[in-house]
Amino acid sequence: MTFLSRHRIILPVVSLAVLLAATFYMQPRAMSYFGLNLLFNLAVPIALATIAQMMIIMVNDIDLSLGAFVSLAACVTATFLNDTPMIGLLILLALILSYAVLGALIHALELPAIVVTLGMSFVWSGLALFILSSPGGASPGWLRTLMTVKPPFAPMAVVAAVIIAGVTHLLIIRSGLGTVLRGVGGNARSVERAGWPVIRLKALAYGLAGLFGVLAGMALVGLTTSADANIALRYTLLSIAGVILGGGEFTGGKVSPVGAVIGALTLTLAASFLSFMRLSPDWQIGAQGAILILVLTARLIFSRKGAEA
Amino acid sequence: MSALSRPWIWSWLAAAAAFALTLVLTSGRGGGELAYAALSFGAFAAIVGLGQMLVITLGPGNVDLSIPATMTLAATLALKAMSSDPGTAWLGLITALAVGVGTGLANYALIFLLRLPPIIATLAASLVYQSVAIWSNRGLRIKPPEGLADFATGRFLGLPNVAWVGLVLAIVVWVVLERSVWGRWLLATGQNLRVARLAGVPVELVRATTYVSVAVFASLAGYLLASFSGGAALNMGAEYLLMSIAVVVIGGSSIAGGNSNVPGVWGAALFMFLVVSMLNSYGAGAGVRNVLTGAMIIAIVIAASTRRTRA
Repeated sequence: MTFLSRHRIILPVVSLAVLLAATFYMQPRAMSYFGLNLLFNLAVPIALATIAQMMIIMVNDIDLSLGAFVSLAACVTATFLNDTPMIGLLILLALILSYAVLGALIHALELPAIVVTLGMSFVWSGLALFILSSPGGASPGWLRTLMTVKPPFAPMAVVAAVIIAGVTHLLIIRSGLGTVLRGVGGNARSVERAGWPVIRLKALAYGLAGLFGVLAGMALVGLTTSADANIALRYTLLSIAGVILGGGEFTGGKVSPVGAVIGALTLTLAASFLSFMRLSPDWQIGAQGAILILVLTARLIFSRKGAEA
Repeated sequence: MSALSRPWIWSWLAAAAAFALTLVLTSGRGGGELAYAALSFGAFAAIVGLGQMLVITLGPGNVDLSIPATMTLAATLALKAMSSDPGTAWLGLITALAVGVGTGLANYALIFLLRLPPIIATLAASLVYQSVAIWSNRGLRIKPPEGLADFATGRFLGLPNVAWVGLVLAIVVWVVLERSVWGRWLLATGQNLRVARLAGVPVELVRATTYVSVAVFASLAGYLLASFSGGAALNMGAEYLLMSIAVVVIGGSSIAGGNSNVPGVWGAALFMFLVVSMLNSYGAGAGVRNVLTGAMIIAIVIAASTRRTRA
């Protein structure tokens, strides 16, 4: 066990710091309250979606429907939650509950999560189209205020990222229940033998994913003030990349909430960094892919060195 | 082994049911046209599905998310190489297949050299391919050469030419899987990588050739699709990401790998087209159509899994 392999969080932190330093070097004016706010503006919903994906990856599954689900939550927020708050709240609760039921179903029938969530992505995007067939809706006033609040010292996006990371760290890493949940990913059978109802734990993990997915949709509407049925489709892949960038692994319940939030921030920053570089828009998507490959290469080099030492 | 216990029968039954339900509405009219359209559009889904099936057969965690980007890139570069000149169809085909070999090798290099999970490797690589496609497609709208467009939209013995291509490929894949050493190696690797390696199967070679095959299949599908629809578009591959995975699973291949099912892929590809046209003809809107498609995918997976536990 070397220093780096014991502290998996170091590489994500270093990647973010390097990228941030490069951004400030390119554009010194970004080094301000207002600049940081612009850089990380869209990070809050991405961070929440990444945490949601992490809950699923934690129990060894993968969610291909998250982008569609966040879009649906955004559509509900921009319509029902704005017009008739009580009904909107009930619908959002029902969505979270349906995620929990999905988790229980996947466990009870031993279904492949990748396929069930694939099917659910059609269902969620269908429902979103049903609610909002053309872009529109409006953000509830309180949500808009919350997302554009200007706290002292640090911009809203940074404060929110710290809060999200802190709360989920306490929940997943520090609490007893979180440890058992990670145990389901590590070895579900031994958790079951130890007397825990695995089906309820899986439902809980999926329910938490649903909760954070709904929060991501709400945060997104608070920022954009309107919604459409395809607003967050790219979050599916972004959230998976964020979890892996943050030091998480696809199997074994090895996840890190703080790392996931940092991974989401890194991905958001990569997009801003590339526009500062005045890179032709043609290459921006490709450069994001290249940054992703670069960070993972760095991880490989360090973990190899760790293995040799 | 009765017919009902074969995993591929379900996708064909579902496709037949969707076909019949559409014809009920039109009281039997237009059956030939519907079947012809299903074969044309299903062929593209079947070709990418066959490739995805090979990768999924490699075992848990193996999936190619770069199929849409590879399709777009191959189609764009092929059309550029042909620049609508007559008689260049082969040049375009070779360009497209070369793109496929290139992206396949690049994907595998990332997976092997960087030890990345295939999901992340193909996802990151697909962003790069997409950029190359955007860059080379800038403001261009090249039509395929006339002869090639006629071939892609034409028919032979009453069946669409693209369906013939898909059928020949399916037979080749089936023979290779069932009869060749490589096919046996692939199944062995998917069932248990460690055991296969200890038994002397060159697993890395198998993985490399599989990732190249899926990219070649995707590039061929992109080339045909662009010729079929009169040009390449940047989003032409988008719907084939979920489609390729869906047809594999509905077709009865095991998502856990080591078990593939060629006829099922074709049945599922037809089903995916027929179910949409059935819902369309019943006047369902886009929302209802999506919800029902998703519900049917899940229902088929549940049906397949309960059948498996009883067996």
